Amino acid sequence: MAFLNARDEQAVRERFAEMGGPVKLVVFSQSLGGAADLCRENEQLVREVVALSDQLSVETLNLAIDRERAEAYGVDQVPAIVVEGARDYGIRFYGVPSGYEFGNLIDSIIVASTGEPDLSDDTKASLSALAEDVDIKVFSTPT
Amino acid sequence: MRLAQHMAVASDRVRATAIEATEFPDLSRAYRVMAVPKIVINDRVQFEGALPESEFLAAVLQAVESA
Repeated sequence: MAFLNARDEQAVRERFAEMGGPVKLVVFSQSLGGAADLCRENEQLVREVVALSDQLSVETLNLAIDRERAEAYGVDQVPAIVVEGARDYGIRFYGVPSGYEFGNLIDSIIVASTGEPDLSDDTKASLSALAEDVDIKVFSTPT
Repeated sequence: MRLAQHMAVASDRVRATAIEATEFPDLSRAYRVMAVPKIVINDRVQFEGALPESEFLAAVLQAVESA
C-alpha cells in the first residue's frame, strides 16, 4: 500500500519546486528484530518521496552491518533518516515520519537543499555564536 | 521540529532529531514524554508544546548556559 495518494504527491511536488540543490536521504534500517516492519515502511515512504524530485537521492544502510557509517552519523536507533544537503546539517528522524512529522520531513528537505534557514537575523547570530554543541530532541506522535 | 531543523541548518553546533514517541517507547519513558510535542535540549532543558522562535532560542541558550 502506498503512503502517498495522488493529491499528496502533487502537493509535495509543488513544495519541492522550492528546492535549491541536491539532498540525500540516508536511511538506516534493520532486517531482523522488532523494528523490521517499521523499517520496511520507512524505506517505502522515503522511496515515494524521493521519486518526486530529481534532486533527491536515497542511500539505505543497515544499522547492524554499516556500523561505521551509523557511528559517523550518530545514529543508534532504527528506523532512522538522515537529511543531508550540501553537508550534514545534523537533521535526523527516528521512526516513520508518516503523520505529523511528514510535513517536517518535507520542510527539512527544502531547508537542507537551500542551506538557508527561515529564522530571524537575531536567532541566526545567537546560534552562530554557540560555543557548545546543542542536541535538540523533539518527541511527537503520528497524529 | 520545524524550528529545531532550521536551527540545525543555521549552526554546525546544532543537531535536531525528531522522534516518533509511540515507536520508541523506551526513549519516551527515559525522557518522561507525557504530552507531545516534547522538546529536550542537551538532556537539560525541556518543555512541552510549540514555542515561538525567540522563546525556543532562549531555551537553547539556557541549555548551553546551564552546562
